[in-house]
Parts: sequence; C-alpha cells; structure tokens
Amino acid sequence: MAPDTNVPALEVHDLTVAFDRKPVLWNIDLVIPQGKIVGIIGPNGAGKSTLIKAVMGILPLSSGYTKLFDLPLNDVRGRISYVPQRESVDWDFPASVMDVVLMGRYSKLGLFKRPRKADRDAALDCLRKVGMEAFANRQISQLSGGQQQRTFLARALAQQADVYFMDEPFAGVDAATEKTIITLLRTMAQSGKTVIVVHHDLQSVTNYFDWVIMLNTRLIASGPTQETFTQDNLQETYGGKLTLLADVGDLIRRESFPQREKKL
Amino acid sequence: MNSLAEFFSFADPNIRYVVVGSVLLTASSAIVGTFTFLNKRSLIGDAIAHAVLPGICLGFIVAGTKNPLVLIIGAFITGWLSLIAVDFITRKTRIKEDTAIGLILSVFFGIGILMLTVIQKSGNASQSGLDHFLFGKAAALVGSDLYAFLIVAVILLVVVYILFKEFALMAFDKAYAKSIGYPVRTLELILTSLIVLAVVIGIQAVGVVLMAAILITPAAAARFWTDRIVVMVLLASAFGAFSGLAGAYISFVAPAMPTGPWIVIVISTIAFVSFFLAPKRGVLYRLVRQNNIRQTINNENVLKVMYQLGEENKNFFIPRHLDEIIRRRKYEKRALQSILRRLLHQGYVEQTGNLWSLTEEGKKKAQRVVKIHRLWELYLTTYMKIAPDHVHEDAETIEHLLTPELEAELEKQLGYAKLDPHQTKIPYQHE
Repeated sequence: MAPDTNVPALEVHDLTVAFDRKPVLWNIDLVIPQGKIVGIIGPNGAGKSTLIKAVMGILPLSSGYTKLFDLPLNDVRGRISYVPQRESVDWDFPASVMDVVLMGRYSKLGLFKRPRKADRDAALDCLRKVGMEAFANRQISQLSGGQQQRTFLARALAQQADVYFMDEPFAGVDAATEKTIITLLRTMAQSGKTVIVVHHDLQSVTNYFDWVIMLNTRLIASGPTQETFTQDNLQETYGGKLTLLADVGDLIRRESFPQREKKL
Repeated sequence: MNSLAEFFSFADPNIRYVVVGSVLLTASSAIVGTFTFLNKRSLIGDAIAHAVLPGICLGFIVAGTKNPLVLIIGAFITGWLSLIAVDFITRKTRIKEDTAIGLILSVFFGIGILMLTVIQKSGNASQSGLDHFLFGKAAALVGSDLYAFLIVAVILLVVVYILFKEFALMAFDKAYAKSIGYPVRTLELILTSLIVLAVVIGIQAVGVVLMAAILITPAAAARFWTDRIVVMVLLASAFGAFSGLAGAYISFVAPAMPTGPWIVIVISTIAFVSFFLAPKRGVLYRLVRQNNIRQTINNENVLKVMYQLGEENKNFFIPRHLDEIIRRRKYEKRALQSILRRLLHQGYVEQTGNLWSLTEEGKKKAQRVVKIHRLWELYLTTYMKIAPDHVHEDAETIEHLLTPELEAELEKQLGYAKLDPHQTKIPYQHE
C-alpha cells in the first residue's frame, strides 16, 4: 500500500470528551499533516492526555469524530501506536524488558498466537534503536525512569506504525534519554512517520516540534510551531482559565445533565 | 510409615477421590488466582465465594434435591450477579471498589445464610449436607464430584493456555491492550467467568469462607520466588497442588482433621516461608543485606578515621590505640574491637599488641572513601549551590555507596579538583 502523503495523519472534528459527565475537552477541531513531530501543550488538567486517549478509543467520545488517514480508527489500528504515561503501569509486574517490547508485536500477531522467533528479532532490533539491547533480559522493576520510558518506546517501535501518540515521553527522564528520544523522533519524522507528543516543558517546544497543538480544555491554536507558538497564544493557553466555561462544566455534572440532547 | 505407603498406593478409592479432587481444584484455582492477583483484584474472589451461597440455596429450592448441576448453575448466577453489582456500584456512585466488595459480600452472604436456615427448618430430608458448602467437604468427595472437577479444571487450563498472552497484557497495561484493538471487555468477561467457575467448584471442597485463600495465596507465595509470569503461574499451581495433596494426607492420617482447612494451613505455611526465605524479596535476604551494608559502613568509617589521623601525623602507618580512634569518632570499645578484628581478618589493618595500624590496602581503601567524601562535598557546593556547612552529612552516606563508574564521572566533572569546600586536600590514588 502506497499511502497518499497528502491525506492528513489525524483529523479531529468537533470532539467533546467528558469525565463523570463534566466536559474536559470542548468541541476540538484540528487537522495534522503527515511526517510532523507534533507537541500537545497546555497547563495541568487541560485535557492533553485525554485528547490522545480519545483518539485511541480508550475513552468514549461525547460527540464528534476522529479520523486517521481519513479512515475511522478501527480500519487503521495497525498503523497507529500508543505510548501510555510511564506511571500508568505497575513496573513491579513480573516481566522482562523483552516481554514488554514483545507486546508491541501483539497487534500484528493477533489473538491466541504466541510471539515467534522473528518477533523476538524485531523486538531486539527496536531495543537497539533506543540503546537498550543490553537490558533485554532485565526485570522491569530494576529499570530507572529513563530506561522504563525507552522500553515503552521500543514497544511502540515494534508496532511499526505510521502514527505514534506518546503521553509525556519526556517526563522524569534523564538528559541522555531525552536526547535519545528526540533524535529517534526526528529520524521517524524524516521517514514520513507522524509523532504526536504530550509535552510539559515549554523551553524545548520550538526546538523539538514542527507543529504545536495548544490546549486548555478548548483548542487555543494548532499549526506550525513558528506561526503558532506565539506570546499571545501562550498567554491565552496558560493565562486565566475561562471561569464561566469551568462553571458550566461543573453545573452539567452536578445536575446530572446529559452532555448532548438525545436525538429524537 | 505404614500410613504413608497406604496413602500413596492410592488403593482405596476414597483416598483417590479426595486426593485427585483436592489437587485438581487447588492447582487450577491457583492458576486463575494468579491473574486475579496480578490484576490487583484479590478481594474479588472472596466476594464471589460468599455470593454463591444464596445461589446454591436457590438451586436447592428450585430442584428440591441436591442435584449438583442445578446447584452449580444457581451458584454461577449469583456469583456473577455479585460481580455486576460491584461493578455497577463502583461505576455509578462515589463508593470505591473495596467498599463495594465489602457491601456486596456481606449482603449476599447474609441472604444466603437466611435461606439456608429456612431450608434447614423446612424439614426436607434431602437438605442435610447443604451446609457443606459453608466449610467444604473435601474428605467426602465421591466419583461424580470428580467428573465435575475434572471438566472445570480442563476448561480453566485450556482457556488460560490459549489466552495467556492476552490475560498477561491486560494485567500489565490495559490501556495499551485497548489501543491495539483487543476486545478488552470480552477478555475481562472470560477471565471473570473463569474465576466464578473456579470458586463454584472450589467451595465444595474448602467451603465459602476459605475459598479466597486457595485462589490468592499460591500466587502471593509464588511472586516471592520469580520475576517471570510463566514461572509464577506454574509455581502457583505447584504450590496449590502440593497443599491439596498434603491436606488430603493429613486428614487421612488424622481422620478427625478436616481436609479443606488443612489445605489452607499448608498453603499459608508455604506463603509464610516464602515471605521469609525467598531470595531478593524475602525478609531474611533483606535483613542479611542490610546487615552487610551496615558492616561495610562501619568498616569504612573506622578505616577513614585511621586515615584522617594519619593525615594529621603525615604518616598513615603509625600503630594506634583504640582510644585514639574513639576520641575522633564515638564507638563502644567492644564494637570497635569487633570491627577492627573483622578488618584484620580482611587484611586491611594489622595488630601489634593492643595497637592497630593500617595496611597498604587499608590505606588505599580509606583514601578512596575520604576522596569520594570530599569530592561529593565539592559537587554539592559547586553544582547544587549548597552551603559548605550543610554538605558533610550527605557525603557521609554517599562515600560508602558510589560505584567506580560514578566515582570516575564525579572526578571528571569536577576536573580532578585539589581542594574540597573546607580547603582540605582531596587525596587521589596516584599521589
């Protein structure tokens, strides 16, 4: 399959997501072209992780739709990879680094089938790309934060996807790991992959990302970093919350109101 | 040893039934229980175990006899109902899962006991033995029970074998499993059904109250011994099987002893032993390790004091009296003597009469500790801008901990500095 490079990697249309009825993302519209390294930035509770979880189908949508390569998620799952937040799993689980990276092959393997020798080769190859091949047999509870993140990254690479969603891959990692990761992301983007990253550190935004999505429960801006990452937009993203919007959200939850009226 | 030979010849069909039944049950419950344990939902098994009682009573009321199939179906239904109720409460209210489990467990069990009492008072002759479900009747297993056990055990094993990779992934990272399109809800449903099935069969042997123990304890014990999930599952089932066998044997040797509780006592003992003796995770291992660390610290501190005294006298090899060392760093005389004897044994000090002196190796070792101490102080003042009078305590720990690689890195980053923040010379090995 020769993918059309003009089709957007991601299209989000009128997306609203709610937790416990309270909307945490309001009516998001955006389009991301292929081959970009994209940063999602915004304050705590802005809905950054929620956005990618909603796109990955991990959270239910209250309204709107998302498309990847102009197709619904279920038709292109094999081309999409998701890297959860490092802290979202218990690293004391009885597994080795290799076991975790092999999970990246599960989507290709399908249900019931066991990883084959070729899958191990592929996994080892991915570990090499993140500089972790020496750790293949290490128990995961013995890894440092940076090594855990690299392991997760290797698992994502093993999926051989075209779009990667990463939730805070730079959070709490050492300088060497940060450098390894960004180098890796650049190589991936050069070969046409799209990488969408939830990011916290504003200092590195212009250096790391071609494209930014600025978020604070609503979409402030989405576009090439040069034009979008401006003082005004930053002010709007991090400056005062829209108190009225937050109050209305609370009201919806308190009154147990439906997010959208049922269609009659 | 006569009873042992008689028992293990399995000539008596009753012994066969009890042994095979107990082993099948404990081994297969342990396998399913491992996944409950890894999903951190250990209490769920307990809730189901208690919730099947009303189902069994209901089955009896409907059938009028103790038809095992009807009872099992009844048990399966209320067991499932309790799970749905827990799930519903956790999702739709502010009540957390542990509270919901406690709530459901007691409500279902209460209703069960109520129904049991009503049945017992009803005068129906065939009701006798229904209370076996409360405490189990492993010693009274018969051939037909065994078939049911065997079928359930085979189902559990086959399903876990087929879906091993899926269950393991879901226990480790459910969001990821969802992201690659796994049918997470269905898989959860299957796993839960397996647990209900294991419980429904298990309570006939060990009873409602002890069921949670044979589900979870083998997994908890196995976790101490391994970091590999496959090994953990196998080990858990081996522990389970052994406790089943041992429980059957004990109740055979001492006929007044009930099998079920003995199974639980044996598996708990295994867990207890694992807790203390397992390598790396066991309490004993950690105590030994801590003791080793304490010894290292004491050794190095005494060497360090002798080195510092040597610095003052510009001669590191002067034999010294204990009091000289104690004057610099407070020790109990006896404790200091035992540390010095240990160092003597290791070849770092020499003894002449009641005087002690460093050997060449002792001086080298002490010098390294002192060097790291002073380098670390310098690192803290230079890179972390900590006041020079606040860095000593921190360096006291770091000096015993640093690996050679970190030591080299520290030297490099500080450019092989000559003086520490207190203007004392930093001793390098080549000098």
